[in-house]
Parts: sequence; structure tokens; C-alpha cells
Amino acid sequence: MNLLTVSGSPHVYTEQSVSKIMYGVLLSLIPAALVSFYFFGLAAILVTLTAIVSCLFFEFIIQKYLIKGPVTIFDGSAIITGALLAFIVPASLPLWMVVIGSLVAIGMAKMTFGGLGKNIFNPALVGRVFLMISFPVEMNMYPKPTTLSTQLTDIISGPTPLAVVKEGVAQGEKVSDLMPQVPEYVDLLMGNMGGSVGEISAIAILLGGIYMLIKKIITWEIPASYLGSVVIFAGALWLINPEVYVDPMFHLVTGGLMLGALYMATDMVTSPMSRWGMIIYGIGCGFLTIVIRIFGAYPEGVAFAILIMNAFVPLINSGFKPQRFGEEVKNG
Amino acid sequence: MKTFKLGGVHPPENKLSQNAPIEVLALPETVAIPISQHLGVPANPVVKKGDTVKAGQLIAKGEAFISANIHASVSGTVQKIDDIVDSSGYRKKAIVIKTEGDVWEEGIDMSTDLIKEITLTPEEIVTRINEKGIVGMGGATFPSHVKLMVPQGKKAEYLIINGVECEPYLTSDHRLMLEKAEEMLVGIQIQMKALKVEKAIIGIENNKPDAIEHIRKLLPSYPGISVEPLKVKYPQGGEKQLIKALVNREVPSGKLPIEVGCVVHNVGTAFAVYEAVQKNKPLVERVVTVTGKAVKQPSNFMVRIGTPIAALLEAAGGLPENTGKVVNGGPMMGKAITDISAPVTKGTSGILLFEKQASSRKPVHNCIRCARCASICAMGLEPYLLAVLADNKRYEDCEAERIMDCIECGSCLYICPSGRPLLDQIRVGKNQVGKIMRARNQ
Ligand code: SF4
Ligand code: SF4
Repeated sequence: MNLLTVSGSPHVYTEQSVSKIMYGVLLSLIPAALVSFYFFGLAAILVTLTAIVSCLFFEFIIQKYLIKGPVTIFDGSAIITGALLAFIVPASLPLWMVVIGSLVAIGMAKMTFGGLGKNIFNPALVGRVFLMISFPVEMNMYPKPTTLSTQLTDIISGPTPLAVVKEGVAQGEKVSDLMPQVPEYVDLLMGNMGGSVGEISAIAILLGGIYMLIKKIITWEIPASYLGSVVIFAGALWLINPEVYVDPMFHLVTGGLMLGALYMATDMVTSPMSRWGMIIYGIGCGFLTIVIRIFGAYPEGVAFAILIMNAFVPLINSGFKPQRFGEEVKNG
Repeated sequence: MKTFKLGGVHPPENKLSQNAPIEVLALPETVAIPISQHLGVPANPVVKKGDTVKAGQLIAKGEAFISANIHASVSGTVQKIDDIVDSSGYRKKAIVIKTEGDVWEEGIDMSTDLIKEITLTPEEIVTRINEKGIVGMGGATFPSHVKLMVPQGKKAEYLIINGVECEPYLTSDHRLMLEKAEEMLVGIQIQMKALKVEKAIIGIENNKPDAIEHIRKLLPSYPGISVEPLKVKYPQGGEKQLIKALVNREVPSGKLPIEVGCVVHNVGTAFAVYEAVQKNKPLVERVVTVTGKAVKQPSNFMVRIGTPIAALLEAAGGLPENTGKVVNGGPMMGKAITDISAPVTKGTSGILLFEKQASSRKPVHNCIRCARCASICAMGLEPYLLAVLADNKRYEDCEAERIMDCIECGSCLYICPSGRPLLDQIRVGKNQVGKIMRARNQ
């Protein structure tokens, strides 16, 4: 008789795998990608492709020649890092800068920690922050959406709606006077505004997020607590003085918040493991985002907020354990 | 519909044999009856080579408090008392009997008449169950009489009957509930009498609506017993999960169900108790499911203990060509076996076959910290963490993270997208922590 396999129980396993999860995330990014290609044209496509290809390339080089270990570039995680990095830079960013951002994201933030699953900080966010510090000018020039353009030069750029409001308020203007200078809410929701490649359309991102929730790729705790706390903190300030603080709805649909709450903060590698840990982490992200947006030096605070909270994850994990069985003894 | 609250998974049910009535398997030529088929101390043989024995005759005596008697499952001659390879590949002492005819020990009622009236006193019931070698039939094989003796200072309120059969593929309990329901109900009443409890609840997952319906119809003549349909969720058959689902009580860490006034028995055990008490019949046969996607006739057999597993496979249409793995038990908690000539024992609820392509694990990747294992653990543990701690030999931290609470249900390894060998590492950790704890208590 042929030899039997002997292994410990269980003997059945889910169909789910790392690459299936990763490709699920990528699939969910399609609506946001389409919106950005529609508004920013060829430039957005080029930035996205450059980032993805360079992330794959750097991961390959590092795994093959530096670590000399197995090459796992097609598990989908490097592609996600590339796509997300592209989504949070301006479409007008010179492509060589995109390549540098990818090198930092993959090389510094991911591989030096030991690769997928070992990194503390979200690689795409690290890439972006590095670019922001190194190339502040280029990183602060946001092209205005020009439907389906193929032109790459002479893009009309201007400040993002968040920057308009922030600078206006800083100069003593009232929020109600500033609002006419930013696009209507409908446009903000759809993505018709200046901003990073894939951040602009809250609706498209939300769609992707809902897909991930249904497919159980992410859970509700982080997005809900993040967005919820933004509404609460921004709403409290707005209630105090609506002429200095813009309303919470504006915060929700502008900048990188949606993408951050659904894709960056939920990055499973760099977020907490227990339900309460996730909720605390989400609230921390929301709080820091508003603090930076309103009181910080930058108009946008999502990237910093999430990176700061990333650093707290080990602490959160040891402080917030899952509810153990037998702990809550109810004798009903 | 009720279920337990924390965690849980839904592996595909694959109850292929659920419509196959229980068939009595032909007597094998020889049986090999291990002297240790239960949790606890092995029994001592009381027969020797060359003895003739009758079916139902005591052949090994369980002398320790936690042990169980062993009886001959066929009539014939004792061929040898020697080491055999058991289903897990270990050498174990067994009594091998060559079958001659089918003669039963006097005093065993072999009729199929239902005897409802319970004449024995609670003490006599416990003694009888002990004598007849009854153990937990769900797989844990804990001697049943021990569970029926409530420790000093504790009080049993509920008898919980496990008819959940949450393991995919297995259907032996399901068939028993359909075909031997009345016997099982009398068995439950016997156990209620022994425990002096007023209430018994049978928990059945609602993927067995026919069993729920059937038992419900019989209930009016069995006061105190109720049936509770449960939402399908693994591991609902775990004692602690079942108690939580049925009476919403949580057994504290490291404690037994009696702590919250419950005693849990399996439906198969209830049937065995009926036979022991009303028919004077020892535990010498049981229902075994033979199943798997490539099995020709997924079946449920009434099998004499000690029958070679190969005989069951033969009766179910033969061992399929491309079989890669044979499991004793269900896919979540069963043990892979090395040799199909190993015997069926009191704890064998099913034999499950996997084809070659389904026999190996998924490729192992880095843990991506997806938290799936932690969110589905029915004990509220963090399997990814326990596995790492155990792997790094940090056993004290393992203990602090409550590794001993792990019920080895396998859900974490089942769910992990990275194919991490979580439960393997946790088992090693539990072993070591167990040693440390025992050393400390000495
Ligand atoms: S399920 Fe697997 S990959 Fe996910 S956290 Fe647990 S061990 Fe890691
Ligand atoms: S095997 Fe243990 S750690 Fe894994 S899910 Fe089950 S109880 Fe939790």
C-alpha cells in the first residue's frame, strides 16, 4: 500500500491565502484608480505604473541579491504598496521621484524589517513622508483635474481644498468666505478636486472599502472608529466656532482621509490584533489627523497620524487583549 | 437561534453519510482490543493466552479511579496479549481474540425491546456504568462514571447532552439520534437520576433538522429533557462552548463544567449508558462513520471494538486508489493514522479519507498579522502570539497568555491564510507548560 501522510490536526484548511487577500485589496482599488485616470489622465496612469513596477523591482533585487532568500514578489503585497504609494502623491510628480519613493517604501520600510508581516510602519506612507520631506515643492503641487487629459506638461496646479481652507483661516479669513473657493461637496465626493492620484474620490474609495468589508479582507473596527472620531473631534471644534473650524463633512471628503482610513490604517501588518486595540488605534488616528490638520504645520495629517499610531501598535497589542473565554462569568 | 459567542469558524460541512442508516458490520476474523482506550490508567488483563471468552466478558480490569474496564467484543480464543501498533502509530498492549461464533455472556439482554423503567438507585447506576466500561464516546474517552460523581461541595443543575456533532463529515451521532432516540432518552434519564438533576438539555446543530424533529416528538414522555437547536458553528461541541451556548455560563479557566453546575455527556454515551444499565451490556460496539470525498459508499457502521479499520474501509467500497491520508475522527480534531490494520477503539467516531491532493498542508508564509486567528479563537486566545512564544521557548509567557486554555480545536490553523503551523507550536508549548506546572505543584 502507498504511504499515508501523517500530520497534526486539523486536516482541512481555508481556501484563503496571502495572495488571495492581497489581490482582493488590489481589485477593490480599481474604482479609485479609474476615477484618478479620468481626472488626471495619462499622468496618473504613468505614476501608478511606475510605482508598482519599481516596488516589484526593488523587492526582487533585495530578496534575490541582498537577502538571498526566497523571492515572493508575486504575493501581491509589493503591488499594493506601489499602488497605494502612487495614490498618495500628486499626479504631476516627476517619475524619478516616484522611483525613489518606491525604493524607500520597499527597501527601508519593508525589507529592512524582514519583509511582509514584519514591518512596523506602513511602507507606502513611509515612502510618501520621505518624498514630502525631500521634495516639498513637487509634493505640494497638485494638478487640477482635467478630464481625460493626455498632456504631461503645463498642468495647471493649485492648492488642495484642505490647503485653501487652512491658509485662509491662518490669514484671518472666515470659513464661510473661503468655501466658495473650494469645489462643491458633490465634486469633493466624486473626486473633482486637486489632490493626490488616488485620494480624490471619497465615493470610489468607499466602494472599494465596502467590497473589502464584504469579502472580510478588513473588519469594520478601524475604519469606523477612525472616521467616527474624525467626525466627533472636527464636529466639536466646528460647533465651537464654525467660522474658524470647517465642518466635519469637509474633513471626511477631502485629502487622504478616506484612503487612509480604509486602506492605510487597516493595513493588517501594521495595525493592532484585538477588537478593542483596533478601536483605540482608530480613535488615535482620528484624533491625530484632526490635530495635525488644524493645528499642525501641514494641511494634511493622515500620513503622520497613521505612522505615529503604527509606532504604538506593539504597546496597544500588549495592553488590549482579546476578551478571554471565562473572563466575563455570567451565570444566567 | 442560540450559539456560543466568542469566535468560531464554518468549515464546509460535507456530511456525506448523513442519509446512510447504521449497518451492522460483519464480525471480523480477529479483534485486537487495546487495554488503554480511555483517558487515564490502562486496564489490567484478567485473561491469558488460550482462554476462551464470550462476547461481553470482562478481559481487562480498570483498577485506578480514572480508568475503565475492557470487555471482549466477540466470542472466541485469546490468541495473544501483546503490543500492536495503534492508530496513532504507537505500540500499545492489546488482547487479540480469534472470533469463534457469536456467543454472549449470560445476563446480557440482547433483545431490542425498549426498557423504560429505571430500577437501579443512583449509586447502583454509577457502579454499573463503571463495571461496563463506559467512556465518553465523543472522542475524549473520559471514563463516564467519574463524571457522574459530583465532587463534594458542588451541585449539578443541568445535564447537557452533546448532539452537536460539529466536526465536518462525521454523522455517527446524527444517525444514532435518528435510529436509537428512545434508548438515548432513557439513557439521559438514567444519567439524570445518577446526578440528581431535574433538567437535561440536548444541544443539536440545526443542520440536523430531522434529528431535532424526531426527538422533539418523543419528548412528552420524557419529562425534564428538552432539545435546543443551535446555529451551526465550530467548535460548538467543545464542552465549554456548548455550556455557553445552552445555558449562557462560562466555565472559568482551568475549571471543570461542574463549577457552573453542568455535566456534559455525548449522545453516544447516553446510548451506551442505556445499554449498560437496562440491558446489562458492556461497551463492546459503537457507531463509526466511514467517509471521504473518494469513498464509494460513505457509511455508518455498528462495529465491534477491536475490528481492524481496514475491514470498515472494505465494507464502504474499498480503499480508494489515490488515498493520501486516513484520519481517525473528524477533519478538525481527528488523528492521522499510519496503518489501516489498527483497531477501532471506544473513541473512534469516524474514519475519514483524504485524497492525495488534499492530504498536505498549505505552503507556509510569513504571518501577515491579519488577526484572523485571534478573532476566531473560541477561547479568546491569540494563537499567532502563543505560537511565537512557544517557538521561542518562552513558556512562562505562554502560561501568562493562557496557553492551557487552548482546547486544540484547530480553528486557528484552519483559518490562517499564511498556513502557519499554529496548533503544532501551541501543542509543544502546552506540553512544556504542563510539565512546568506539574513540577511546581510537587
Ligand atoms: S491567521 Fe495566520 S497570518 Fe493571520 S495573524 Fe494569525 S498567524 Fe498571522
Ligand atoms: S486550537 Fe487553541 S488557540 Fe487555536 S483556535 Fe482552537 S482554542 Fe484557539
